[in-house]
Amino acid sequence: MGRYVVRRLLQAIPVLLGTTFLIFAIVYALPGDPLQALAGDRRVDPVFAQTMRELFHLNDPLIVRYGYYIRDIFTGDFGTTFRGLPVSTIFEGKFQVTLNLALMALIIEAIVGVGLGLIAALRRGRWSDTGILAVTLMLVSIPTLVSGFVLQLVLGVQLKKSTGIDFFPVTGVSDGWRSYLLPGAVLAGTSIAYLTRLTRTSLMETLRSDYVRTAIAKGMPRRRVLGRHALRNSLIPLVTYLGADLGTLMGGAVITETIFNLPGIGQQLFTSVYLRENSVVVGIVTVLVLIYILANLIVDLLYAVLDPRIRYE
Amino acid sequence: MQNPSVDTHLLPADTLGTAPLLAVDNLHVEFATRQGVARAVNGVSYALNAGETLAVLGESGSGKSVTAQAIMGILDMPPARIPKGEIRFRGTDLLKLSENARTQIRGQQIAMVFQDALSALNPVFTVGWQIAEMFRVHRGMGKKAAYAKAIELMDRVRIPAARQRVHDYPHQFSGGMRQRIMIAMSIALDPDVLIADEPTTALDVTVQAQIMELLAELQRESNMAMILITHDLGVVADVADKIAVMYGGRIVENAPVHDVYKTPAHPYTKGLLESIPRVDQKGQDLYAIKGLPPNLLDMPTGCAFNPRCPYRQDNCVTDVPPLHEISGTRSSACHYWREVLDGVEG
Repeated sequence: MGRYVVRRLLQAIPVLLGTTFLIFAIVYALPGDPLQALAGDRRVDPVFAQTMRELFHLNDPLIVRYGYYIRDIFTGDFGTTFRGLPVSTIFEGKFQVTLNLALMALIIEAIVGVGLGLIAALRRGRWSDTGILAVTLMLVSIPTLVSGFVLQLVLGVQLKKSTGIDFFPVTGVSDGWRSYLLPGAVLAGTSIAYLTRLTRTSLMETLRSDYVRTAIAKGMPRRRVLGRHALRNSLIPLVTYLGADLGTLMGGAVITETIFNLPGIGQQLFTSVYLRENSVVVGIVTVLVLIYILANLIVDLLYAVLDPRIRYE
Repeated sequence: MQNPSVDTHLLPADTLGTAPLLAVDNLHVEFATRQGVARAVNGVSYALNAGETLAVLGESGSGKSVTAQAIMGILDMPPARIPKGEIRFRGTDLLKLSENARTQIRGQQIAMVFQDALSALNPVFTVGWQIAEMFRVHRGMGKKAAYAKAIELMDRVRIPAARQRVHDYPHQFSGGMRQRIMIAMSIALDPDVLIADEPTTALDVTVQAQIMELLAELQRESNMAMILITHDLGVVADVADKIAVMYGGRIVENAPVHDVYKTPAHPYTKGLLESIPRVDQKGQDLYAIKGLPPNLLDMPTGCAFNPRCPYRQDNCVTDVPPLHEISGTRSSACHYWREVLDGVEG
């Protein structure tokens, strides 16, 4: 097991190099001069420009610049912006916000998605099953922009106005975990729908299996047949989905963070692309890739816990 | 070892002696499908006494497994339906019991061994856990005592190094060993009736013999009744007391095992016996019963076997043959059983 983890982490290195190089190349291929973008309409002082170009290796070929970047990354240095601000200072607190948001979305998704999926599978073909499937279709169809503003209006503003309940903050992160409830729900929207359907299919398949029939033939009570014999086997595909979804949720948080004004990495990424702060863009993507790789490793290790047929040497 | 814990037997035992232990009476099972109603079992009756082995013989789709699943109460209903019939266990009709009462009988008094042990055992729990579960749930035993019982049972079905292997998972065992675990699980609570649904089909021939021997031995030790479902005539000969041959959801022949081999009284049984490859026929074509098994959605009129039968006469297409009594222990559902017995083809 230990050797497997080490091997997987080593495998992550080429993945990390590949993805960062791709994003590095794309960002630096963007047309225009980053220094001119910094100065706006004014003329850039040629001496200043010359100094900056040398300081940031802007005159070197792409591959050499990438080499410098990677060298710095491995010493824990994400570089500095043209304004002289260390990129790591810009990151400060922002990854935490986005991670909190994604984790909240993941929790909401797991509870609601798995719950609805279980109900649908156990009431297969009845109206509650049909209803749940219809709801998932609606969730997939509603864009985040719509669901975000509607939830803000209904649960945040009107609920407070009509009943005085002030439980769902609509903006910022100053209310602790409650700040993430509404944005988490919005971000989880489509994933809830997919997870519901996946849970339903997975459990239905397990319920048809021979070993569930054996458990019934052993005289096990229905609750034990479902909760012990069927559930653990149905969980395996769900864990895969949830693990992969953490990365997707973090990368897809831009719109949600903007609607709810959360100072997270999504907003920062958007601003940085706009301002041509290339080192920040590449830095954010690098960390996201790292999180994605780690999430997938955890999923693979969870497999072995859930399914004894999978053993890592 | 043999300690039939009477307190868990919910049903009165005083009816024993007169009535058989288990009696299936005029059982009908049908399945609602998109194409219509499939009549899988059409009036099957058989009875079984303690210590007796009944072999139910027939090809796929003959209704032999469905009958067994109806006895266990593990049919998916719907789509399955039992419109008619009784299944009496110790005099009580199981079909009239509540689901709760049936759960109490399943596994404890009537147990089942399935065909493919790899898929019938849960892949994510150790075999010890799965055997011990019987004692923990049904007998309220603690973990330690239940595992001790599990090891004892694994020893009894002759799994080598049971104490070490109790914490292994099903996929770590060979096919034969897995089936032994399945058997250990089913006999855990000393059931009165054991239903073995093609217990050796997934195994190779040498292992088949060992498993059959094990089943026969366990049965002798505990005097349980056994229903052995199979399509393999070779498996039956050594262990069964009597045979019920099924075709198209009906029993077509009932007989003590040796009579069937010597003098089959139904053309289908006869066909089955003639299709067994024999050493003295080396080089010749193998015999096969002509035609295909009946479509359950569209059964032939009259006798279900008539399209494939060498003895067919006009009334076979119009009249369903009743079970004719041949002797006290034998019966055949063929209008022309006398001709079949005499070997005269029509």
